[in-house]
Amino acid sequence: MAIAGSPSAAPQLHVLAVDDSLVDRKVIERLLKISSCKVTVVESGTRALQYLGLDGENDALGFDSVKVNLIMTDYSMPGMTGYELLKKIKQESSVFREIPVVIMSSENVLTRIDRCLEEGAEDFLLKPVKLADVRRLKDFIVKGKVKEGEKRSHKRIRSIDCSSPLSATCSPMSLPCDPSTSLLSPLSAKKARL
Amino acid sequence: MLGFGADLLWADMNRLLAFLFHQGVLDEQFLQLQQLQDEASPNFVSEVLNIYFHESEKLLTNLRGLLMERDYKKMGVHLNQFMGSSSSIGAKRVTNVCVAFRAATLQTNRAGCLRALEMLEHEYCYLKNKLHQLFQIEQQRALVAGVRYPVQNQNQ
Repeated sequence: MAIAGSPSAAPQLHVLAVDDSLVDRKVIERLLKISSCKVTVVESGTRALQYLGLDGENDALGFDSVKVNLIMTDYSMPGMTGYELLKKIKQESSVFREIPVVIMSSENVLTRIDRCLEEGAEDFLLKPVKLADVRRLKDFIVKGKVKEGEKRSHKRIRSIDCSSPLSATCSPMSLPCDPSTSLLSPLSAKKARL
Repeated sequence: MLGFGADLLWADMNRLLAFLFHQGVLDEQFLQLQQLQDEASPNFVSEVLNIYFHESEKLLTNLRGLLMERDYKKMGVHLNQFMGSSSSIGAKRVTNVCVAFRAATLQTNRAGCLRALEMLEHEYCYLKNKLHQLFQIEQQRALVAGVRYPVQNQNQ
């Protein structure tokens, strides 16, 4: 899990933002920093995959590569679109597939939105992205992490009681992604606005 | 005495902003940008706007060239970019002209594109001038209020 940078117990989220527009990169970086997130901004899907260690150069090191709690990507980008990046991530092994991916677009095209959500996007944000959007996302992700933490601590308690081999109960560190809640809360809010 | 001058300039700044909002030149996204500026990032707005001006001027030059070459598809791509960055800084009128311009490229309507390009150049110039005015008032205000302020690079 991400290490807390602040004195409070709240974990600091690490967000990877992908956008080909320099103006938008600057804005999203600031939006996230002001929301107390650690931010990495890249200019393309290719760079994003490189950063995550998914570009085929070092697959074996995938698990040890940087920990990212959320990916926010623009939809329309030259080369690899946000949709293509989303697909690539969702095709990956468990750790990466579970990183929530949010698509951003300045265009309100329902077919585009549906396609992204079907492919497993956590949410679809209409640009320009606002502080309120980031706050909502952050709350959602943090809540998921808390739930995940609780689940794992329960597992640990059970394993000590049953004195079963540790390896059997240690699940790989996965990031929060409860499909039912993810599709319901942000999606219904988004669709309602549309 | 100095404080009084700063207040007058503050009023000037707000009057100009209110005017720009009223005219639809800027929308609430511009306010959002201002909210992102704080002690940690005290020049955020001017930094973003300088990037925007620099990019926009390149886009406009390219658009003129592409129109001469009748490359409507590439014009559409440039317009998407221009639209995106303009809406990100709250430049409402510029964004709207981009939308209309893009529609003209989809129809490969050359006369329409020419008209739209001229309107876009006009709206962009107007926006840039007004924003520079805003910066100037703010700098004066900061000087008068006795605050140390980094001097903006003069954009042409």
